[in-house]
Amino acid sequence: MFEPDFLYGEILPALNRGLVLSFQLIVPAAVLGFAGGLALGCLRVFGTPWMRGLGNAYTAVIRGVPLAVQLMMIYFALPKIGIYFEPYGAALLSFILCSAAYHSEYIRGALLSIKQGQFKAAQALGFTTLQTVFWIIAPQAARRALPGCGNEIVYLVKYSSLAYLVTCMELMGEGKVVASDTFRFTEVFLVVGAYYLVMVTIATWILHWLEKRYRIPGFGAQ
Amino acid sequence: MISSESNETILQVRHISKTLGDKKILTDCSLDMKKGELKVLIGPSGAGKSTLLQCINCLIMPDEGEIILQGAKLYMQSKKELCAYRTKVGMIFQDFNLFDHLNAIDNVAIALCKVKGIDKKTAHGRAMQELERVGLDSKARLYPAQLSGGQKQRVAIARALAMDPTVILLDEPTSALDPELVGEVLNVIRELSRAGMTMIMATHQMEFARAVANEIVFMEKGVIIEHGTPAELLAEGAKTRTRDFCTTLLSMESGADV
Repeated sequence: MFEPDFLYGEILPALNRGLVLSFQLIVPAAVLGFAGGLALGCLRVFGTPWMRGLGNAYTAVIRGVPLAVQLMMIYFALPKIGIYFEPYGAALLSFILCSAAYHSEYIRGALLSIKQGQFKAAQALGFTTLQTVFWIIAPQAARRALPGCGNEIVYLVKYSSLAYLVTCMELMGEGKVVASDTFRFTEVFLVVGAYYLVMVTIATWILHWLEKRYRIPGFGAQ
Repeated sequence: MISSESNETILQVRHISKTLGDKKILTDCSLDMKKGELKVLIGPSGAGKSTLLQCINCLIMPDEGEIILQGAKLYMQSKKELCAYRTKVGMIFQDFNLFDHLNAIDNVAIALCKVKGIDKKTAHGRAMQELERVGLDSKARLYPAQLSGGQKQRVAIARALAMDPTVILLDEPTSALDPELVGEVLNVIRELSRAGMTMIMATHQMEFARAVANEIVFMEKGVIIEHGTPAELLAEGAKTRTRDFCTTLLSMESGADV
């Protein structure tokens, strides 16, 4: 099934090329998506009614429309109003926008679980609302949201495979080309699957490490 | 007992009223704080003590009334002025409200860094001094969840002190504590009062009020009913609401340590 020539000569070089691009999509989308979600979540909880409405509407649209459709809109529809993206840029942007919406929901839940006393104590020390959210509330909420947000990042690793829809040749795209050229779909996609499994495993390790790193003594199990 | 009594009024709270929903919580409450004075707010639960203290710090916005700190009237609509005012009026809460994600020293230092703009090293030095003052320098690296209730409240006091406040408001600082931990917190407050800190404290610790307060203010149903020195209000045979209240309180908790 996996003759060395085929595996090392055709599958792996192509997939490794795709893997690099996948990394270039996933890492910034994970970081910026989380940061965006944190900001959006804070806005949806502490913003003025007007900002909350806007944040909620954004989340409703992004969560309500398939990611594949959003990708198409960014890549094919935006040029009609004069906004052009490279395939990579379109994919990255749509992943950031999408994961920010989902992260904001986890963050919102975490924010709602923080006692008002934390807010009051900061205000009583002279913090402005923005300072309170930034230095006191958000750091606590981010920790509580981390397991949920980790879940979203694991999803991101896998939905990054949709980038091939706009001809961004990441892992999935490269896999598809090799498979179509050779008609050996089983072998190619077995390897593609294994690559994703490894990426998700690494992401899980990093998330575990983050959770440990930012653990607060006295919270959770001993 | 009281070292630095002078006649300089530093905080005036004038005609504060507050309605929440259709319930009137505070009606025309006024207080004058002299420098170095310790006033104790007493009254049954639901009397509005906590609301009054939070109104004085504008954590709850009063509907009516004015606040004058060191001769300057507070313009409550200005957020900037409010923040500056709050750095001068410290607040201690019943349930401590330490920042859960920061250890003791960072709890004290963070407002110095972020609000006063002091660099981290200086702020930590100052925070350490304040922790020493409340006897917790050895616990500086522990997180709130690793401290006892009394220790948490002392860190909260250190946090307020680090801002160099003009006045400190204490909202039932010992009510959430186990009886054996009340003493350590009251000792810190007593020391502060000796050192000349101006404080308003809502409490049920009558013995403490009798021994340390310059004035007792008795509240009921959102109104300040009477005020005077502990000697006047609690004198044997004095026909005051305060005395009635204290008698009831003492008979209920007879045997409990104060």
